[in-house]
Amino acid sequence: MAITSTKNLKEFSTANDRFEGAHLLCPGCAHSMIVRELMNCTDDNLVIATNTGCLEVSTAVYPYTSWDTSWIHIGFENAATAAAGAEAMYKARKRKGTLKNPDAPVKFVAFGGDGSTYDIGFQWLSGAVERGHDFTYICLDNENYANTGGQRSSSTPIGANTTTAPAGRVSYGKKENKKDMMAIMAANGASYVAQVAPNKWKNMAQAFQKALATEGPCYINAISACTTEWKFDSKDTIHVSDLATDSLVFPLYEIIDGHELNITYRPKNVIPVRDYLAAQGRFRHLFKPENEHVLIEWQKRVDANWERLQRREEARV
Amino acid sequence: MSIGNMLSNDKRGMIEIGAEKKVGWDEVTHGVVLHSFEDDATNVSSRKAEDRNYAKFSSYVATVASWRVVKPVYNRDICIDCQNCWVYCPDTSIISRDKQMLGIDYDHCKGCGVCVEVCPTNPKSLLMFAELHNLEDAIASWPEKKKKEEN
Repeated sequence: MAITSTKNLKEFSTANDRFEGAHLLCPGCAHSMIVRELMNCTDDNLVIATNTGCLEVSTAVYPYTSWDTSWIHIGFENAATAAAGAEAMYKARKRKGTLKNPDAPVKFVAFGGDGSTYDIGFQWLSGAVERGHDFTYICLDNENYANTGGQRSSSTPIGANTTTAPAGRVSYGKKENKKDMMAIMAANGASYVAQVAPNKWKNMAQAFQKALATEGPCYINAISACTTEWKFDSKDTIHVSDLATDSLVFPLYEIIDGHELNITYRPKNVIPVRDYLAAQGRFRHLFKPENEHVLIEWQKRVDANWERLQRREEARV
Repeated sequence: MSIGNMLSNDKRGMIEIGAEKKVGWDEVTHGVVLHSFEDDATNVSSRKAEDRNYAKFSSYVATVASWRVVKPVYNRDICIDCQNCWVYCPDTSIISRDKQMLGIDYDHCKGCGVCVEVCPTNPKSLLMFAELHNLEDAIASWPEKKKKEEN
């Protein structure tokens, strides 16, 4: 497998972009940072399937495509199935010797938003992972259905103001906690599971390379700050991602073969969750005096999760 | 060719739909294939954008310049080629060749301002200016190096 060097950024910048500009994602969208990096971290041929969502509707607006690789979109929920099907066909044809170019390295990748991963495509993803196809599923987690106007998904965290869980006089927004997809996929039998963020480019590129090199199903949860629905200025995408990783709201870690948990990034100065929430318009109402208890609850849950991850890392079970 | 013309001239996916023939749901071709390149695309990962033969369906030939109200301006004199702007640009609009930053692709830049935020130099080697601001004037009005604030 040919990989691009991630030793330093100068080395990495010699990669040839295979994700073209003039796609129609919002200015400052983190989706394209993540997708670009995936395609830059390897020289192998890629077969990419994408669920319906921001990425799909913005990069394949007829008559244009932004993809320089094989790319397919079928339905809202079945990028995992499409990638799994392509992979099964590739293996079968390789065995029969009917491939045109049998020595060319090929990797199978599926992209989905959090709506199509956590909710709508959940059983398709679960099935493809259970069958053990050799593919990498990347969830671009922006914590809501951003493509259709910001409805809540099961990835939306507690207290967020969304169009279907609005904050106001009687409610502080979404009341349920975010689903722990990392633990679910690890328990589902994925060979490699990792949480990455675009602001830590090296961490992210290394996770992508590990996932592509791993034989078997891999799941990557990529935090994708959404300028439109999280309501911050488009220039602050990296700043908000920094706040997310440094406040441990999005701890970066990996789980190998379902049991070996490694924390891949430890912030030098952990900042309060309050700072992360204050940077986004969707949490503005939490800073009213009557919602103080939600802020306290937030911090408590983040601390408990970080404690749990550290214990898991030590225990190696 | 405008998008409207392109759409009306494009007959892919409609081959079976003749005026005299009634078409049922099972006779329409499913989906459309768009080719990004005019030629073989197998070694695309080893070629730079300028060496590729893009087809008219690749969004590389399109532009989103009309989205911009502010644009980043690049000052070569201060740049240290750290490539932070390149790795974080969401629109593949930082042109970087042989570990050197060459400039900004104004056809694909949407003016989000991420590159300016991640630029580590002092003063910044990328700054946002109004879209109609003259490039020479912008470079001439570049701010001086900021001194460290004393505590």
